[in-house]
Amino acid sequence: MAVTSTKTVAVTGNQAVAEAFRQLNPDVMPAYPITPSTGIMESFTKFVSDGKVDTETILVESEHSAMSACIGASAAGGRVATATSAQGLALMWEMLHIASGYRLPILMALVNRALSAPLNIHGDHSDGMGMRDCGWIQLFCENAQEAYDNTIMAYRIAEHKDVRLPIAVNMDGFIISHSIESMKFIPDEDVKKFVGEYIAMDPLLDIDNPKSIGALVLTDYYMEHKRAQHEAMKNVKKVVADVSAEFAKLTGRKYELFETYRLEDAEVAIVALNSAAGTIKDEIDRYWEKGVKVGLLKPRMFRPFPYEEVGAALKNAKAICVMDRADSYGGMGPLYMEIASAVANNRGAVLFNKIYGLGGRDLMPHDVDQVIEETAEVAKSGKVKMVKDYMTVRN
Amino acid sequence: MAEMIEIRWHGRGGQGTVTAAKVLADACLSGGRNVQAFPEYGPERAGAPLRAYNRVSEKELRMHCPVLNPGVVAVVDASLLDAINVADGAKDDAVFVVNTSKDPKEVREKLKAKPTQKVFTVDATKISIESFGRPMPNSCMLGAVNKATNIVSMEALLDDVKGSFGKKFAQKIIDGNLTAAKRGFEEVKQG
Repeated sequence: MAVTSTKTVAVTGNQAVAEAFRQLNPDVMPAYPITPSTGIMESFTKFVSDGKVDTETILVESEHSAMSACIGASAAGGRVATATSAQGLALMWEMLHIASGYRLPILMALVNRALSAPLNIHGDHSDGMGMRDCGWIQLFCENAQEAYDNTIMAYRIAEHKDVRLPIAVNMDGFIISHSIESMKFIPDEDVKKFVGEYIAMDPLLDIDNPKSIGALVLTDYYMEHKRAQHEAMKNVKKVVADVSAEFAKLTGRKYELFETYRLEDAEVAIVALNSAAGTIKDEIDRYWEKGVKVGLLKPRMFRPFPYEEVGAALKNAKAICVMDRADSYGGMGPLYMEIASAVANNRGAVLFNKIYGLGGRDLMPHDVDQVIEETAEVAKSGKVKMVKDYMTVRN
Repeated sequence: MAEMIEIRWHGRGGQGTVTAAKVLADACLSGGRNVQAFPEYGPERAGAPLRAYNRVSEKELRMHCPVLNPGVVAVVDASLLDAINVADGAKDDAVFVVNTSKDPKEVREKLKAKPTQKVFTVDATKISIESFGRPMPNSCMLGAVNKATNIVSMEALLDDVKGSFGKKFAQKIIDGNLTAAKRGFEEVKQG
């Protein structure tokens, strides 16, 4: 059904993103549905059958093929989207690099899920962190509203002439994808105006100007190509800020490169991505009432990572606990490594890492309380017991 | 109304418990409130015990975790009273609504409910069979929960039962569910 008002609705994260896809009306949508992202394709293929979109869906035989079809359709000049999770993303991995190397602004809804083995369908960030170095822009979302809003903004960022890179919008599997929450849609007409028409640069289907994509580049120019990808990533920050400012004018909902919550005067800082941030904010309020100066930093943009800005935002913190819902076995958590880089030139902050919520394990308010209390203790003593530790885990 | 109401639903797969939580969330949007409805996902199969949750609040709902201390516990299948402790973590002033033919006093003893907690019963399975010929107690339970908690106007609830069931079922089944919801509201007993 067409959306004509901004009244509050109660929908799942998957429904919210499917609705965004309907409003974006991509030309081509290749997909191979996988839990917990299946609901997006389930809703979207219904929109296709009901004639609500002009999209050509391609139901392929694997995720590798899904990303391959995305690449073909995008190189041809189309606006392209897909949705996946966990093993599905893992199977795409080879093609993820091709999408970014060809500079194709493909949009992916990534519903974060744990990687096998052991087999697990629930939410963690192992999949998203595994694509960290694939050359995609990565946005992370706390709830259904943010997942919807970031999806609406995604093409504007990815297709910008200074960027032209693929983009993945992340939300937590089940915790957000399958939970009903109140949120607001943007009317169809406003979305259409905001997103605008896509005019691809150098599309293959421009047959009057034939060109080749995917040529062999050896030692002569490979490095220049890769450097160009990094330069394009450096342009993302400004484009995200500009698009978000325009979005705020339209909707009143403001998005920065990262969100800070009561962080300015905080000596105790927590850093976390996605849905956990909401639970943490509630506990932060309770601890301020007890006199604990604690704040949160929640990255929205993980690639490119805004190191300087994050470093500045954390400059007053005496102790920082970085919570990772993904792991690097034998190394530090992936978010920890970014934060460590960001605060490397700050003075005095003590940093430590908590791994939590793997395979969808709940993060309860009392778990957050433990983190706040331990971090407050570290801020006082300046001493960390374990630099990397696991929460809510059996010994 | 309290600032935030947290509800825990206990049911068995195939009884429409998750649908009940969803319908309630939608109905509670009225008056500008914020809502959440989410099931606990395990192996999904008919007959397996499951939980679902609601939060309804005047304030923005930020937390994303299961309800540990429910103010309302809705038990859609009375056989669960012998299988699990449905009263676990319930608030001191919690309201229990149980689908059973038994008397609320008997259920109160079984639950070992505190004097400050309220216990309601309704024979939702029987009412659903009488209303539309199927043992599907969810719509009747919604009416009963609403009577026990006064969480939303009955008009808004019936509107959402109609809207939600209208997407899937024939008019006869929709009407039957509306009757079941109304009867749940009227026939639920406190003890």
